[in-house]
Amino acid sequence: MEKRDLTCIICPLGCMLEVNIDGERIGVSGNTCPRGENYARKEVTEPARMVTTTVRIKGREKGQVPCKTAKDIPKEKIFDVVRRLKEVEAVTPVRVGDTILPDAAGTGVAVVATANVD
Amino acid sequence: MYDVVIIGAGVCGAATARELSRYKLKVLVLEKEEDVCTGTTKANSAIIHAGYDAANGSLMARLNVRGNEMMEELAEELDFPFKRIGSLVVSRSKEDMPKLRELYERGIKNGVKGLEIIEGKRLTQMEPELSEDVVAALYAPTAGIVCPFGLTFALAENAFVNGVEFQFNTEVTGIVKEKKGFTINTNKGSCRTGYVVNAAGVYADKIHNMVSKNKICITPRKGEYCLLDKCAGKQVKQVIFSLPGKYGKGILVTPTIHGNLLLGPTATDITDKENVATTREGLSEVISKAQLNVKNIPMSQVITSFAGLRAHEKGHEFIIEEAEDAEGFIDCAGIESPGLSSAPAIGEMIADILRKKIDPEKKEDFVARRKGILMPESLTGEERKQLIQKHPEYGNIICRCEMVTEGEILDAINRPLGARSLDGIKRRTRAGMGRCQSGFCLPRVMEILARQLETEESELTKMGKESLVIVGRNKDRL
Amino acid sequence: MKKYDIVIVGGGPAGLAAAVGAKENGSDSILILERDNQLGGILNQCIHNGFGLHTFKEELTGPEYAIRFIDRVNELGIEYMLNTMVMEISPDKKVTAMNCTLGVFEIQAKAVILAMGCRERPRGALNIPGYRPAGIFSAGTAQRLVNMEGYLPGREVVILGSGDIGLIMARRMTLEGAKVKAVAELMPYSGGLKRNIVQCLEDYGIPLKLSHTVVDIDGRERLKGVTLAQVDERKRPIPGTEEYIPCDTLLLSVGLIPENELSLGMGIEMEKATNGARVNESLETSIEGVFACGNVLHVHDLVDFVSQEALLAGRNAARYVEGKMERRKEEEVRLIPEDGIRYTVPGCIRLSNMDDVLTIRFRVDRVYKNCFICVYLSGQCILRKKRPVAAPGEMEEIRLSKEKLLELPTLTEITIKIEKE
Repeated sequence: MEKRDLTCIICPLGCMLEVNIDGERIGVSGNTCPRGENYARKEVTEPARMVTTTVRIKGREKGQVPCKTAKDIPKEKIFDVVRRLKEVEAVTPVRVGDTILPDAAGTGVAVVATANVD
Repeated sequence: MYDVVIIGAGVCGAATARELSRYKLKVLVLEKEEDVCTGTTKANSAIIHAGYDAANGSLMARLNVRGNEMMEELAEELDFPFKRIGSLVVSRSKEDMPKLRELYERGIKNGVKGLEIIEGKRLTQMEPELSEDVVAALYAPTAGIVCPFGLTFALAENAFVNGVEFQFNTEVTGIVKEKKGFTINTNKGSCRTGYVVNAAGVYADKIHNMVSKNKICITPRKGEYCLLDKCAGKQVKQVIFSLPGKYGKGILVTPTIHGNLLLGPTATDITDKENVATTREGLSEVISKAQLNVKNIPMSQVITSFAGLRAHEKGHEFIIEEAEDAEGFIDCAGIESPGLSSAPAIGEMIADILRKKIDPEKKEDFVARRKGILMPESLTGEERKQLIQKHPEYGNIICRCEMVTEGEILDAINRPLGARSLDGIKRRTRAGMGRCQSGFCLPRVMEILARQLETEESELTKMGKESLVIVGRNKDRL
Repeated sequence: MKKYDIVIVGGGPAGLAAAVGAKENGSDSILILERDNQLGGILNQCIHNGFGLHTFKEELTGPEYAIRFIDRVNELGIEYMLNTMVMEISPDKKVTAMNCTLGVFEIQAKAVILAMGCRERPRGALNIPGYRPAGIFSAGTAQRLVNMEGYLPGREVVILGSGDIGLIMARRMTLEGAKVKAVAELMPYSGGLKRNIVQCLEDYGIPLKLSHTVVDIDGRERLKGVTLAQVDERKRPIPGTEEYIPCDTLLLSVGLIPENELSLGMGIEMEKATNGARVNESLETSIEGVFACGNVLHVHDLVDFVSQEALLAGRNAARYVEGKMERRKEEEVRLIPEDGIRYTVPGCIRLSNMDDVLTIRFRVDRVYKNCFICVYLSGQCILRKKRPVAAPGEMEEIRLSKEKLLELPTLTEITIKIEKE
């Protein structure tokens, strides 16, 4: 059985959660509301994050295009995505929502631009 | 072969260079840092003292009074900011009155004009924010405030325009007395010269001791300061000094030439000549003692603090003379307060010493006037409009706290002895010197500097040498 | 001289929303003056997500949030000038500005909306002792260098201040390849959101050192290291707790200051607790027809609330220009922040101009658990709102109903305070 301590991020209360993982069974304590329990279950089974970073612009020495993963990706893939983006250059003009990279490091999630750059 | 090599591009080196540039002489200034005005001249109270402090008959007294007298004309000729705002030495105790009197007498003997002892209502009218404890003050109307950077750049630029060479990032490692003149060894090779002027600030002992058996010792005396936002700049109208008395040496409160409020300095003797770190104790001393003489100082408005080193010699007197056992080696050592005030007179005196030895010819084409960086703020609306029409870069504000335009920054980089670093730009234009301390303008100043120097941003420094501003590009080591 | 009904100083989130608010309420003569080369203000460099949950019910990055408003401003045909610095505003609303094409020029406005935002507190404000080498940046400056220029300010980083910008930059620097060694916080609690502590620090194993500060800065040219020390309850460093951390970069995230130099130049009355203007229910300052909103009024944590506030400021400015705003000083009801409340925005209410429901925003002075936010009218409690936790880092709000206030014809003061259970 594994025990993990988490801080709930759902509201400013920031409950200290204790999660006990026993195979399939997950026990959460320390939460004051059901949302905290849901958060803890997700966080220990499949933690995911949105990645926001920048990529260079093709043919330019200066400036960056900000971008994000179109949705959350598995947490352990964060650095794979960022490393992959090191190789990527955006081609201007770029509009918000334009795909910068169709599949971020095998996550199946696209990386899209978050600003307009002419 | 140079006629004169000046070691040190502080205010004394620059003043000497400018005076020598009046003559047909080959003059070189060696500076170990990347710019003019980076040592003692950079961090001090920026005050042009009236001249009552120094002992009667001393060189300090004579040069202070003379330097003070020269300042107005020099400021006009070389276009740097200087204001005669007057000073008050305040006494918080009746018992100290004889000391105030003594200072007054000394000042009169030193030739200081307009001194007065002021008490009561008139004093509060002059300075409403003086502490209730203040009972009397010595008023010196001739005291003033200056921009030490402005003064030094003006002198150095003018010297440069008149033919003086400057070599930066060049540290003197040895001086060899030859049959005739000297060989000066540096980290960048060596050169020959007939005469040497030692204006090396806190290193003047090291340089002097390279050629003379009569060793001198310069002790760096650290002074810490706090600088307040311009919104506090009108707290006092003139320089407020403490009377050195039973409370020990005091902390002054003064408006700066650019409208900030300056508090300081402390006085601590140290050994490390590069130690310009502020300390917790020092800053709290500045903050607490400043409030003894002036009330309601808004301490929440401190925008920066800094420390400078005074070049203190135990005799507490300027050493401006030819070294006894090294003919042709002129010392300019022990230049602590009132060094800045005296600088123009020091330059004059050293030039005099050399003139008597070399008897050089005057240059007919000496350019006495120098134009500083154009400050659009000093123009009328219409003049400004015309300027921007002609040079649109003067309509582009880069530093919003100090309202510095791109035009001024370009001028700072492209003028004689132009800026090569962020601090160089800051000291010439004030960009980054305001209330946000370069938070907003840093990236923009970097861009302009890189463009003008035709270099990469990653090569830019804050103040030369290893002081790189950025270390690389995003993800470069991932 | 050019004339506009409404001149808005600043094209960041506050200025944009104010313009939209004014236009949607009938004003057709609006000009935004922006000093940068694009609209959007600081949002352009806040490339992280977490914006817009209240306004758009989805999670956007800063630039995406800005674009929503910029697009709206363009759709509505609102005029703006970029690269234009406002130099001065006179009390009779003559705006002096400057840019490269027009030089120095003047605009006469009927109403002015101040939306200049805020700046970061510099190192000097904290009197951190030590050297002054390269490698010390405010967090926002580093954010701009990394997110907009693509430059890495340093490789080994210590961050002082655990406000949201500091936390966000800890993650940004990490993702770009820097090693963030610690985030030090003077207070015994973080000023940042829990979510940022988890997702910006814990995710990357970055230690958060509460009740710690920087007591020395080492390095004469480029930063070589900083000394951290624990502080006591009076925030004084505790001798013997010093720890030297080698690093080449120190980021400071130690507070924001509203940029009110223009407001001060106009002679507008300021509120000490916010460093912003004192405003009434219409977000109008002590000068009639001059409004303030966003971070220049009081520093916000969420841009959504900036937009809400600014939309109202814009609407009110439009009303003022049309002559629909009552100006009767005698009916002013003052809001008094007491026990635990640092300030309120607005600071007073003129009932005739009050909406049916008015949002009052405020901050508490420390962390409170299981407390009540209480509103008293002449000694009578009309609202008692339970808060499981209230912290200085999170702006609080309550809503006052006009109906309730009208019930008391002699009302002159409204008191807001925190009460324990």
